[in-house]
Amino acid sequence: MKSLKKKRRIQVLLVTALALVIATAMIGYAMRDGINFFRSPTQVAEEPPKPGETFRLGGLVEEGSLKRGESEVITFNVTDGGAVVPVRFAGVLPDLFGENQGMIGTGKMEGDVFVAEEILAKHDESYMPKEVVDALKEQGVYQDPNS
Amino acid sequence: MSIWEYANPKKFMQTSSWALPWVAGLALIALVTGLVWGFFFTPEDYKQGSTVKIIYLHVPSAMMAINIWVMMLVTSLVWLIRRHHVSALAAKAAAPVGMVMTLIALVTGAIWGQPMWGTWWEWDPRLTSFLILFLFYLGYMALWEAIDNPDTAADLTGVLCLVGSVFAVLSRYAVNFWNQGLHQGATLSMDKEENISDVYWYPLLLCIAGFILLFVTLVLIRTRTEIRARRLKALEARERMA
Repeated sequence: MKSLKKKRRIQVLLVTALALVIATAMIGYAMRDGINFFRSPTQVAEEPPKPGETFRLGGLVEEGSLKRGESEVITFNVTDGGAVVPVRFAGVLPDLFGENQGMIGTGKMEGDVFVAEEILAKHDESYMPKEVVDALKEQGVYQDPNS
Repeated sequence: MSIWEYANPKKFMQTSSWALPWVAGLALIALVTGLVWGFFFTPEDYKQGSTVKIIYLHVPSAMMAINIWVMMLVTSLVWLIRRHHVSALAAKAAAPVGMVMTLIALVTGAIWGQPMWGTWWEWDPRLTSFLILFLFYLGYMALWEAIDNPDTAADLTGVLCLVGSVFAVLSRYAVNFWNQGLHQGATLSMDKEENISDVYWYPLLLCIAGFILLFVTLVLIRTRTEIRARRLKALEARERMA
């Protein structure tokens, strides 16, 4: 860099920046399908996973579908507005897990049921004081940000 | 008056020694008020309870981690194009601060993720690009130390900074590119509807301002140290010649 004139240094930097942008765009384009952290129920319905394949399923817990069975077993439906996948899970749930909340589960399909080994809760970007939400619910004007 | 005046080390030393106490004082006030307000005088969140308060460390440090890299990019480019030594030294001085900010963001994120998501760490696009950014900070600092000639070191680290910017940008926008991740989208945005209610928003703004001022303070101190160290080296070299 030292031996180059200022104009040439700027040219070199511009070419470098351009090359980086192109490289990043190409990697991003090549991995556009592979970089998804989870699959949505619609994607699972369109492209069923291979038998025994472990994958992540993500979506909203359908309202009214959450059922607690014996001991720690729970069942619920995951939806993304399009398709619905029933899920079975035995284990400890994170704090934020609940109906109408986002979740991501790792597991396998057993027949039509997704058997999860691990469940993560997905959080959205809204923050509100508890008192405010309680007051809004009392007045009946509260709208769930997820619905 | 032009901004390039401050490329003169003497002028930079004068101005920074005048500005330093003010910036440091403001940083202290903003940080203490913001953090105390955030930790002790905000209500509990409707879903997360009191865990939400970690936002006052996580969001400002994550913002700084990315923005410090952008600052390093700008100062490195100024060095590469205009060859101002103070600019290169400012980039060098900012790197350890940025590295610590990235570490704070990663650690607080893990502590927050454990109760809320149910995991300390997941290979989510945003989390992963943040980890790579952290490694880039380490590599950047190592490269400065690895090369003896200060001008060559400034050149090469400048180019490394350019490459690392890919991950600084990715960690900011990964959520927008690949929306099927675990990390939620941006909470703070200027144009979108309000996501965060005002009781959390004002102390958070104060914390962000505090982190920015803290960063400016640290960079000024560290750049002054670098300039002095370089002067010392020049003096020693002259001594040996005599």
